[in-house]
Amino acid sequence: MIRLSSADTEAPEQAEDEAAETDERREALLAELGEHLGDAVLDSHIAPGRQLWIRVDAGSWLATFRHLRDDHGFRFFDFLSAIDWMPSPYGRYEDATVDVEGGPARPGPSDAAGGYATGVAGGETRFQVLARVAKLTEGDLAVIVKADVPPAGDDPDQPGSVPSITSVYAGADWHERETHEMFGIGFEGHRYLEHIYLPSGFEGHPLRKDYPLLARTVKPWPGIVDVEPMPGGADDEEGEES
Amino acid sequence: MTVTEPTEAEQLAYISAKAADARINVELETEEGMTLNIGPQHPATHGTLRIVAKLDGEQVLWVEPIAGYMHRGYEKLVEVRTYPQVTTLVNRIDWLAASCNEVPFILATEQLMGIEAPPRAQYLRTIFHEMGRIAHLMMFLGDMGVQIGALTPMFYALRDREFVLNQTESVSGGRFHPNFNRIGGLKDDLPKGWLDETVRIMRKVLAFCDLMEDLLLGNEIFQQRTRGIGIIPAEIAQSYGLSGANLRASGVDWDLRRDCDYPMAWKHADFDVITHTDGDSFARTWVRLQETREAAKIVTQLCEDLPAGPIMAKVPRIIKVPEGEAYVATENPLGEMGYYVVSKGDLGPFRVRVRTASFNNISITPWLLRGVYVPDIITILGSLYFILGDIDK
Repeated sequence: MIRLSSADTEAPEQAEDEAAETDERREALLAELGEHLGDAVLDSHIAPGRQLWIRVDAGSWLATFRHLRDDHGFRFFDFLSAIDWMPSPYGRYEDATVDVEGGPARPGPSDAAGGYATGVAGGETRFQVLARVAKLTEGDLAVIVKADVPPAGDDPDQPGSVPSITSVYAGADWHERETHEMFGIGFEGHRYLEHIYLPSGFEGHPLRKDYPLLARTVKPWPGIVDVEPMPGGADDEEGEES
Repeated sequence: MTVTEPTEAEQLAYISAKAADARINVELETEEGMTLNIGPQHPATHGTLRIVAKLDGEQVLWVEPIAGYMHRGYEKLVEVRTYPQVTTLVNRIDWLAASCNEVPFILATEQLMGIEAPPRAQYLRTIFHEMGRIAHLMMFLGDMGVQIGALTPMFYALRDREFVLNQTESVSGGRFHPNFNRIGGLKDDLPKGWLDETVRIMRKVLAFCDLMEDLLLGNEIFQQRTRGIGIIPAEIAQSYGLSGANLRASGVDWDLRRDCDYPMAWKHADFDVITHTDGDSFARTWVRLQETREAAKIVTQLCEDLPAGPIMAKVPRIIKVPEGEAYVATENPLGEMGYYVVSKGDLGPFRVRVRTASFNNISITPWLLRGVYVPDIITILGSLYFILGDIDK
């Protein structure tokens, strides 16, 4: 009864299944969306049996949700957020050199404009908004919609704005406020785009990658021991001291 | 980073900004109505949620909930941690059912890594998840009594919840924060005699539910205070993203345990998804009471069918998660709780979006509380049921 490992025996099979698996529900939905939205759908991705992503043009952000709700019955608003694709200049603060004054220069984000590695369904700008809406009558069928946030002016590190979707999903209200304070992304047409978590006078946008986590700059993180090599392991000799 | 002494001008500006912020506490305008400030430390609120209500006599003109008094910034904190370290943190989001917070994150990470926990671990995870739900909802039933001034149910709830927490403690060492799930499985197997004891305690839970049905839901005063109060139509509930019992009490038959295909043991258990059509405070309480019963049923079944075998899949000691994005949500006591994990093939997540149930559930209050009477604010908030850590993250 005791099997030594399930990863050994099951993982390859599972990988095969996935490759062979086609998700007809999501494929059909994607085809329909592509038909209605036309050029607005820039890219898409399907994780079979799990998730559907589409990336739309920021100008069609609102129209996409209106279409999803009114014509496809995606009435359930799940969440809205954003991703900052700039690689963190701080890492996990494991090596102190980044934090030491005069250490390696922080990578200037602006010279890498447009060059960030982005996730599924691609992307062209540093900031990307994403929202997930679901159709509860069909179990776990949902769509994650992404859109690139155009930069405000010429500075690629300052995100501009996208239309607010509160007129379609009332629940987006707080999510847009949170995204606004955490990333500085604007939402046109929002009724009250004020801070929700942070104090009203707070400066900066904490979830941007170039916003330092002060707790780490003050005190080195002891959690690094968790990823130290095993004692007596092959690379034990070069074990870091922290 | 150096801290400089503020100048006098800066200090004055700070004080006047604070005073403007505090002014709302003393605002009394008889012509346009009165501003009532409930919280952040009002005994009838669950923690530090502040609600500013504009009143006309006893009726609410508008309310604005003010969150953020407990914002801990989990989404930022997890970016500087490795994957195994994250579960300790997210335990504290919804602190009444901590193991339920771990599960969706672990599942999302496992999905990205392409591994699955062995069947025994899946069963045990589901058992702990449901026991978290029981402990959480027992607290709710006691608390719902307190909202209308009935203190007795709370004492029964605290007494009987302790049995469930003791079981959690005997297996993991923590009453509230077990931190027992690992990527690929569980930390340990069960202690001897644990299963029989758990099945016995589930009978106590069912007896508690019977008691509450009689004592609380059968109470005439309770029914008068909750029936027809705070009605949420299904359409509105969906557009605000309400989930869990709040959604099912409005007649939407949707439960992630049944509707989503996870590597969890819910598919092996026989249970009902409870719905109600009224959508009022009473319906929400009733749905949660029945869900406690269903959860006890699930635990009993899974304890009896628990398969033998390993509790840990083979995972590397240093966990690196391949590049990708995944969103996994589970049906937690408060509703849908999910993690959107973005990995860049690193030791830690690149970005994690925590979708908590209470954040969405409470965002409906400006709509819902318009026009209600002041005492009903408390019962409606109580029946929406939120945990501050779950709103503020």
